[in-house]
Amino acid sequence: MLKFIGKRFLQGILVLLGIYAVTFFLVAATPGSPFSSERAISPEILAQIEAFYGYDKPASERFITSLGNILHGDFGPSAVYANRTVTEIIAESFPVSLKLGSISLGVALLLGIPAGVLAAVKKNTWLDYVPMSAAMAGICLPTFVMGPLLALVFGLIFAVLPVAGWFGPEFVILPAATLGLYYAAYFARLTRGGMLEMLNQDWVRTARAKGVPERTIVWKHCLKGGLIPAITFLGPALAGIISGSFVVETIFQVPGLGQWFVKGALNRDDFLILGLTVLFAALIVLMNLLVDIAQVALNPRLKYD
Amino acid sequence: MPLLEVKDLKTSFYTRDGVVRAVDGVSFSLDKGETLGIVGESGSGKSVTCYSLMRLIPEPPGRIDGGTAMFDGRDLLTMGQRELRKIRGKRISMIFQDPMTSLNPYLRISTQLTEALRLHYDIDKKAAVNKAIAALEEVGIPEAAKRVHNYPHEFSGGMRQRVMIAMALITEPDLLIADEPTTALDVTVQAQIMDIIKKRQEDLGTAVILITHDLGVVAGTCDKVNVMYGGRMMESGTAEQVFYNAQHPYTRSLQKTIPSLQTKGEQLYTIPGLPPDVSKPIHGCAFYPRCPYPKTGLPEGNRPDLVELNDGHCYADCRFCDSSAPIESVLSTDVPEETEAAGAAE
Amino acid sequence: MTDHSETAVLASEPAPPPAHSASEIAEEELVQGSSLWKDAWSRLKKNKLAVASLVIFLLIVVACVVGPWIVPYDGQEQDLFLGATAPSAEHWFGTDTLGRDLLVRTLEGGRISLMVGLVATVVSLAIGVIYGATAGYLGGKVDSTMMRFVDLLYALPFTIFVILLMVAFGRSMWLMFVAIGCVEWLSMARIVRAGVMGLKKQEFVEAAVSLGYSHQRIILRHLIPNVLGPVIVIATLTVPAVMLLEAFLSFLGLGVQPPNASWGVLINEGQQNMEIFPWLLMFPAFFFALTLFCLNFLGDGLRDALDPKSAKD
Ligand SMILES: Nc1ncnc2c1ncn2[C@@H]1O[C@H](COP(=O)(O)OP(=O)(O)OP(=O)(O)O)[C@@H](O)[C@H]1O
Ligand code: SF4
Ligand SMILES: [Mg+2]
Repeated sequence: MLKFIGKRFLQGILVLLGIYAVTFFLVAATPGSPFSSERAISPEILAQIEAFYGYDKPASERFITSLGNILHGDFGPSAVYANRTVTEIIAESFPVSLKLGSISLGVALLLGIPAGVLAAVKKNTWLDYVPMSAAMAGICLPTFVMGPLLALVFGLIFAVLPVAGWFGPEFVILPAATLGLYYAAYFARLTRGGMLEMLNQDWVRTARAKGVPERTIVWKHCLKGGLIPAITFLGPALAGIISGSFVVETIFQVPGLGQWFVKGALNRDDFLILGLTVLFAALIVLMNLLVDIAQVALNPRLKYD
Repeated sequence: MPLLEVKDLKTSFYTRDGVVRAVDGVSFSLDKGETLGIVGESGSGKSVTCYSLMRLIPEPPGRIDGGTAMFDGRDLLTMGQRELRKIRGKRISMIFQDPMTSLNPYLRISTQLTEALRLHYDIDKKAAVNKAIAALEEVGIPEAAKRVHNYPHEFSGGMRQRVMIAMALITEPDLLIADEPTTALDVTVQAQIMDIIKKRQEDLGTAVILITHDLGVVAGTCDKVNVMYGGRMMESGTAEQVFYNAQHPYTRSLQKTIPSLQTKGEQLYTIPGLPPDVSKPIHGCAFYPRCPYPKTGLPEGNRPDLVELNDGHCYADCRFCDSSAPIESVLSTDVPEETEAAGAAE
Repeated sequence: MTDHSETAVLASEPAPPPAHSASEIAEEELVQGSSLWKDAWSRLKKNKLAVASLVIFLLIVVACVVGPWIVPYDGQEQDLFLGATAPSAEHWFGTDTLGRDLLVRTLEGGRISLMVGLVATVVSLAIGVIYGATAGYLGGKVDSTMMRFVDLLYALPFTIFVILLMVAFGRSMWLMFVAIGCVEWLSMARIVRAGVMGLKKQEFVEAAVSLGYSHQRIILRHLIPNVLGPVIVIATLTVPAVMLLEAFLSFLGLGVQPPNASWGVLINEGQQNMEIFPWLLMFPAFFFALTLFCLNFLGDGLRDALDPKSAKD
């Protein structure tokens, strides 16, 4: 198992390197440098700044240098917010995004999985139809529709929750609900599908023939296998929550990484984009590693190798 | 009072492509220690009959439309779930047709073997596992003490079927329903498995319902035989009655297909044509299109009644047709044209 | 029935059919195929939700394509003096802060959104089908490497990648169409591969191989037509997925650029002013969600109709 983890970890590092390389050269291929948009600087000073950050050297050389810097935890300066480094921005905003993201993921799992199990077990009753229709609605109401709607209803019409800022626990509710509900819908559908597939297996009939009560059939015989699709979706779900946070943090003005990423993208802040991309990718790669391990743990037919 | 008495069992599947009358009026009875064989071609409703008794029909689309199945004086078809659960796995066990899919791949063999024991008896885990090991040894699994903790995928098909049998027998049921327990296995293993079941029957007086394609096995092991075709009963009675005094044309055709009864070197006889499609209503005689006898009635005629010949020997009465001649005489002459036409049309 | 052992003697199979030539077999496949489509169509017709979805979706499409010519306003024409007005007899959906008629803007936005759905899906279809069919057909090492690569991509933050593309190459609409299509082909590749793997085992392909048809011809003539069902389903479900991605980018200001508008742009403009002019959010959001709804239900319905076994019963 340790060997398996080690191997997957190395693979993950390689993937990250690949992502970084692609991102780097993509950004590098863009005409100009991040500083050229800065107002009113003379060409000499621009050249000076560019030289300072190594922009006078070929991209491949810069790539090696920046890679070395990142390994030291130095993500470079922000081109737009002149007196701040990307590392500072990350240190300041990451906790915010981490909190929002993990609460959202928690909401998604704690709501989606039980709803999916219930719907599968009570197939074709209102306990199936109601949550599944809600899930379908959830999937058709992406974050950038759901967010404003929730803000409108709870923030403005009923005025019970704050719609902007990040000052206390009540500020988490709407953004986390916006993000979490969308993925809860996915988890519910996947869990329902997985559970139904399990419940239709021949061996469920065997268990019934042994006199096993339905509850035990669900929990003991089917849950492990039925959860696999949902577990597998954890990686894409995290990726989705991250990109969803771009929207949600913008709508609710949460000072997290998502907002920074959007600002960076709109203003062509090279270092910021690169640093955040690597960070996001690392999180997702890590999640996928955990998912790989969980899959083997759940399915005896898979082996750690 | 017989241990199990089934009367006029009817089970259908209400699919979107129509109603599949999988079992349409099946009756039989079974005493303690007896073996009933159910034979018939693929799709004739053998499995569905057994699932119906255990109430294992997936509902929807399936539904038991009628009949009774009195087990020890109680109707299996109408009793409550709680009561049913006490009978399932404890007093009636089942061996399923396909060993590859009938064991849960996510649970250890030990868990699956001891599950029924722990559910129905007050027995601690260790003792249950010991019993499971003994049960595996009984069905001939080597190194049972070690392998009991394996997962199903670590066993071959034959081994899995043995595990299934051990699992069914572990609670010492009064009735064992074995749905083609040996079809997936090679010949020597088949014999071993049948021996295990027979031995258990002698030791504990277990009644057995044996579903099979193999008429040879039926002749060798069963007290009673039930011949099914298109969800209906064609003939039933003791093994002797059905084998030595077969009345129904389908039974006679079946007998013709047993290799050991055929002259060596001759091509194996097969019944021409295909089994009926039970998703369409069958009017009149289900065997009509393939029946080798000269037919005087119409295919759309009345459904032949089940009549009793003598003490328990029943068959679907061909009174619309001429089925009096022995089948050899029919088959040795040219095959009737209608049969060929019907066979080719399918 | 699963297995035959030697002593299982009930003759349940008819005598083997006379040997077919490959072309006959292929023809049979075609005949089977056409009844499959008929069955599927009749099953789909029975699914009221799917039919309703199809009808509503078609209505939306027609409205978006034809509507802007009928409505007597121009989507770009500003009337700063008028400003934002609530829905009225003149402006059914009201006007936005610049006094533009929201009905026209919603319909025109729909045009762009639907166009993205179409173009990006075609791109994804092309990539996915070629990739999946190749992997499934070649099999073995090539296949496992190719699919491992897909697994890898599945787990990557693609939205970010599309954003980077938009940043690097400017915010051109057509580039966005292609970029989105380039990241949404993975499910398609998987489903096509699975279908091809399954079909490859069937005898008509063997027959074609034994007749010496070239690989390319086998793929084009036999395999692709036979995995069409699942492909249609996935394609139907890809349309809402790519529309979602487009709207997401446009919402963030990285997609369609003003004065052009897609539903994503309109939703963004609407949410900025929703406290005062909630209709600016409501109408585009409603049409966007409704379209996604219809396409998802239609996809589910098609799945049930084309593959009765996988029907969620
Ligand atoms: N879940 C189901 N839905 C629809 N039809 C079904 C279902 N299960 C069984 N049937 C139909 O019921 C009929 C009888 O099937 P059954 O499995 O009892 O046959 P069998 O005699 O056991 O055949 P085999 O020898 O192949 O096991 C078949 O036509 C089958 O298609
Ligand atoms: S009723 Fe007629 S067709 Fe049917 S089995 Fe008897 S003889 Fe044959
Ligand atoms: Mg069967």
